[in-house]
Amino acid sequence: MTEAIRIEGLHKSFGGLEVLSGIDLLVDDHEVVCLIGASGSGKSTLLRCIDLLEPVDAGRIWIEGDEVTAAGVDQNAVRRRIGIVFQAFNLFPHMTVMRNVTLAQEKALGRSPAEAREKATELLTRFGLLDKADEFPDRLSGGQQQRVAITRALAMDPDVMLLDEVTSALDPVLVAEVLDAIRELAAAGMTMVIATHEMGFARDVANRVAFLEDGRILEQGAPEQMFTEPQEAATRTFLDRIIAAGRM
Amino acid sequence: MAPDRELSFPGGPPVVDPGAPGGDRRSRILGGGARNTWIAVCSTVVFFTIAVFVIVSSPGWPAVRRSFFDVQEFTYAFPEILAKFGRNVFIFSVSEALVLVFALVLAVMRSLPGPVFAPLRLLAAAYTDLFRGVPTILVIAMLGYGMPALGLQGLPDSDLFWAIIALTLVYSAYVAEVYRAGIESIHSSQVGAARSLGLTRGQSLRHVVIPQAVRRVIPPLLNDFIGLQKDSALIAFLGYTEALLRAQIIQAQDFNFTPYVALAVIYVAITIPQARFVDWLVARERTKRQAGAEL
Repeated sequence: MTEAIRIEGLHKSFGGLEVLSGIDLLVDDHEVVCLIGASGSGKSTLLRCIDLLEPVDAGRIWIEGDEVTAAGVDQNAVRRRIGIVFQAFNLFPHMTVMRNVTLAQEKALGRSPAEAREKATELLTRFGLLDKADEFPDRLSGGQQQRVAITRALAMDPDVMLLDEVTSALDPVLVAEVLDAIRELAAAGMTMVIATHEMGFARDVANRVAFLEDGRILEQGAPEQMFTEPQEAATRTFLDRIIAAGRM
Repeated sequence: MAPDRELSFPGGPPVVDPGAPGGDRRSRILGGGARNTWIAVCSTVVFFTIAVFVIVSSPGWPAVRRSFFDVQEFTYAFPEILAKFGRNVFIFSVSEALVLVFALVLAVMRSLPGPVFAPLRLLAAAYTDLFRGVPTILVIAMLGYGMPALGLQGLPDSDLFWAIIALTLVYSAYVAEVYRAGIESIHSSQVGAARSLGLTRGQSLRHVVIPQAVRRVIPPLLNDFIGLQKDSALIAFLGYTEALLRAQIIQAQDFNFTPYVALAVIYVAITIPQARFVDWLVARERTKRQAGAEL
């Protein structure tokens, strides 16, 4: 297997607050890694750093063997290779679903409008959204909006996908449709790093689960092992709380 | 008898009681409910009857009517002034088109991030401070009298040209602030989403931020444009015969102020449709994006 993402010694602070305190992580091609941990443990910041949306303070990141934190790297080119989906969807509200999906294909990848449309049509069909192509995002349900956001990221043919708590802003009844879309991506072999609070889903879809606390990866391993016999006391405490909250 | 459905604050908009049966959608000006409507109509009629009676029966009224509301004078002056108002329309239309572009350049300059662009940000800020501070009529006088007097090679010496430039310079400062408020009101997550797709900073601004910002500031933009339209009358100061100067000439000939009233009527008549047009535009935009939302 070749490695899709390599992270070494990643540090990130906001003001005086250190959010990431030395992250090391390896993600292989076609691997699905779920990041779990309490809010504020650094999951979102880690994903944003990988996509270069936040400048890192120290440490290095490689995507498919290319160092993206090196000086002189074209950050826009890096972001084109990485798809990210946010908790709050962040669709462009002034554009139709179709335009949301075709815009960056045309402007960042230089695809022709016809090519971009074809790609968008294919993906929207795959996620059951083709009949929404001419709607504006505000007229869709949260679940539909989030699937459009996934489609928009996928249309760029990214090497890896980063999903940042993509179901946390959803009505519980809409969570399943989004999780199903992600399961389908995993089955198709997409490399993914997923920050999530959905433990059942993580157990189900992940090849590996990493537990973050205070900006460090405290423990990682196969889902079965992580959820049934975690080695660290902090991991056990976290999972006990999740179970007590009825989320697993 | 239905209970009162409105909880009104003195001086504030009526607050419709959300618990009221049926939810009242009648005109807010008249109030709601059959009984309330009846009271509103009666009190309005009584109030205006008394007001008109007091004004018309006051000792000064005949003189006021002769000076300001002379029908014959109005009939003569109105078409004369309207003909020259075409010049005002030309002046403010050209000016508005220029302002739309120039103000956007200023607003974008002021929103550029990073230390490299500090001089551009400073320049845009200084420009805005300067032209918002100087009275419009002063700018018109300086450019309209001053520039042609310089006789500079290659620059036009028409007062009309310089008047349009002066209005553009002044109003670009206001509109740039409106644009900037709009740009800053777009949540940073929109830029994050655009950048995450590999769009450059410029592309994000052009395709994601500015289109949303402009839609959001259309009402305050119209406000500034109405100001600009009214200030096109300041060009009379240069001796350029637009509507105000025409009205002034007629007033001086006939010793009657009705021509000014005629011009006021023209200004109001063009302003109201614009306000309604913007209301319609905003409503249509909202409907297009949100109405019929199904979950």
